[in-house]
Amino acid sequence: MELALSPEDAAFRDEVRSFIAENYPAEMRVPNPETDLTKEQSLLWHRILHKKGWIAPLWPKEYGGPGWSITRRFIFEQETSRAGTLPPLAFSVTMVGPVIYTFGNEAQKKKFLPRILSGEDWWCQGYSEPGSGSDLATVRTKAVRDGDHYIVNGHKTWTTLAQHADWIFCLVRTDPNAKPQSGISFLLIDMKSPGVTVRPIITIDGSHEVNDVFLENVRVPVENLIGEENKGWTYAKFLLGNERTSMAGIGRSTRYINKLKKIVEAEVAPDDPTHLDFQREIALVELDVLALEATELRVVAQMARGIDPGPAASLFKIRGTEIFQKITELTHRAIGNYGLALREQPVSANHFMPGSEYGHTASEKYLNSRKLSIYGGSNEIQRNIIAKAVLGL
Amino acid sequence: MDIQFTEEQELLRSSIQRLLRDQYDFEARRKIVADEQGFSRRQWEAFAELGLLAAPFTEDAGGLGGGPLSTMIIAHEFGRHLVVEPFVETVVLAGGLIERLGDAAQKQGFIPDIIDGKKIWTLAWTEKGGRFDLADVTTTARREGEDYLLSGGKSAVIAAPWADYLVVSARTSGSRRDPGGVGLFVVDRRTAGVDLQSFKTIDGRRAAEISLRNVRGQLLGKEGEGVAALEACRDRAIGALCAEAVGAMGELNSATLEYSKTRKQFGTTIGSFQVLQHRMVDMFIAHQEALSLMQHLNLSISGGESGLSRLASGAKTKIGYAAKFVADQAVQLHGGMGMTDELNVGHYFKRISSINIQFGDPAFHVLRYARFGAAA
Repeated sequence: MELALSPEDAAFRDEVRSFIAENYPAEMRVPNPETDLTKEQSLLWHRILHKKGWIAPLWPKEYGGPGWSITRRFIFEQETSRAGTLPPLAFSVTMVGPVIYTFGNEAQKKKFLPRILSGEDWWCQGYSEPGSGSDLATVRTKAVRDGDHYIVNGHKTWTTLAQHADWIFCLVRTDPNAKPQSGISFLLIDMKSPGVTVRPIITIDGSHEVNDVFLENVRVPVENLIGEENKGWTYAKFLLGNERTSMAGIGRSTRYINKLKKIVEAEVAPDDPTHLDFQREIALVELDVLALEATELRVVAQMARGIDPGPAASLFKIRGTEIFQKITELTHRAIGNYGLALREQPVSANHFMPGSEYGHTASEKYLNSRKLSIYGGSNEIQRNIIAKAVLGL
Repeated sequence: MDIQFTEEQELLRSSIQRLLRDQYDFEARRKIVADEQGFSRRQWEAFAELGLLAAPFTEDAGGLGGGPLSTMIIAHEFGRHLVVEPFVETVVLAGGLIERLGDAAQKQGFIPDIIDGKKIWTLAWTEKGGRFDLADVTTTARREGEDYLLSGGKSAVIAAPWADYLVVSARTSGSRRDPGGVGLFVVDRRTAGVDLQSFKTIDGRRAAEISLRNVRGQLLGKEGEGVAALEACRDRAIGALCAEAVGAMGELNSATLEYSKTRKQFGTTIGSFQVLQHRMVDMFIAHQEALSLMQHLNLSISGGESGLSRLASGAKTKIGYAAKFVADQAVQLHGGMGMTDELNVGHYFKRISSINIQFGDPAFHVLRYARFGAAA
């Protein structure tokens, strides 16, 4: 299914396609790019895109964006996703970047934006805390003004790839007496500051993706405050809006379904009744992808005509994550007994994994993707958003 | 790929909406369904007058050249109002077959009367025990002079009691389920040897078991090409049926949402309960996705794209299950009221149940879709 493209946009699509084919680093093509790459390796594609001027499709031209139309942004998203490229640093480019150029001052823009684009700075997100998951307004990490500094104390958690991060953007409470949402500020903290400690959290798939970040009497210069004190909630909500765009994951789901089909053909005999069950399940999930893709194209076409899509992002997040979870579950089922095996982390060629190579990451993907319906505002929160914003409930 | 309707298409849509709003509200429909005939000749004439029966036909055939997208627009609005008159049967099925297969004399002889609302048609392809297999045909056709003599039985043929003409699939050679050897034949419903046992369908329409004994019919298209023609016809029918289903889903969602905002239990509106809010969000998502797929399918039919049968089966599956989900939940959320004949909700439920059976249910089409995928 394709968007009806003008000749210029079609040429652009071809350009993107061949650029990826010619430039995507071979060493990033590993079984599971999200866990198997070193920090340096995972930055390779980011740097290539930066050099090409394509690193920040969403950004306005004046800050280093490519100045693409909505249609072109979508084409780029679609092509990179279909080709299975590792997305560039999302917390930097998609999340904190737009907050800085929208709400930050000139000095902050000048200091941070170029380093975000180049990949010199790796950002992580300091939103969640042990006591605030989906309910972010309850953050307890405190920032107390002391001359030109804030003294920050608190505990952030589920911090993705904090082990690589140079900076963390944090929601901190600056007014303990205000209502939950009005006493929060948006603060940028250097991870090298004394008092910042990162502790790994190992998830059920065995990987080290998320962390606890402890902040103990961390001195943060006041110049690192974004916008106004106690207005952080506004900036946080703006950022979350960006976080949930394009979570339909059509390209990724399509690639995984194709792989699943091959695994089923290799693992399940045609006269096994299970074979028919797999065919049926695969057809159903393929149709889920098709319907979501058709919906995404409909929304993109509407946006290109200037129609506000409303909380379409919530719909894409819900369905995109449910679909991918289903695919990883089917893949794990398809490898039969070898679903018992789980790769050891950190990944090394010295570890023995039984069964055919195509099944080696099935268990960890199945386990890891349970997170999808929880993070980025759980799917229940997304349903609340649609209930309120669309249904008026 | 979003359909930005042309001015003509917008006009078509708004004029149907006006007509149905003025003349086809739920009470008016109830009277039509309760009528002895079970449909309204006057409404049918009004549809003809508005050009709805001409819309999908090519201009060469005397139509308005609106194609599958006009069918989609009409069927969608008809689904919203639970229209019982046989638009799909007459225009999409029979009309589509005549337009594609008929010779000049047949086109000139039949299509103008369809467009003018003078003659009603239906397609009789289903047989007892054949379920959804287009090739499962035991009815025979024996050549006699210029004509053929048909014998056998057709079952559960919607709109047959209303029809002036039938398009009947019958076998000139081959054994049961052999895709070759089947042809399509035009039969005047009042011809000697045609016997109907009529019954009411679950969605308030009329259908019949048909028995044929040496019934004179004329060949439409060529001998042996009936199944291929029916397959293409089914794709188009699915495009229209999916649009009807999506129209019905939209109405069920609005009605359910409205009800949840007014119905009070335990001192509060039931729409304030999170479990029901989330259910209604899932109903909303199901409708949005079905709407997207409906457009995608009809655009593809319109563009004559390859792989249509696979896509049609896919849409019939996905939209069928989505519509069933919405219908189930709409009844559930309306509680006892959802069970009553008085409220429209149950009637949408029944319409969706009927659509899901026609031309194959989702359980049939999901495997058909899968087989196409394996072959690709």
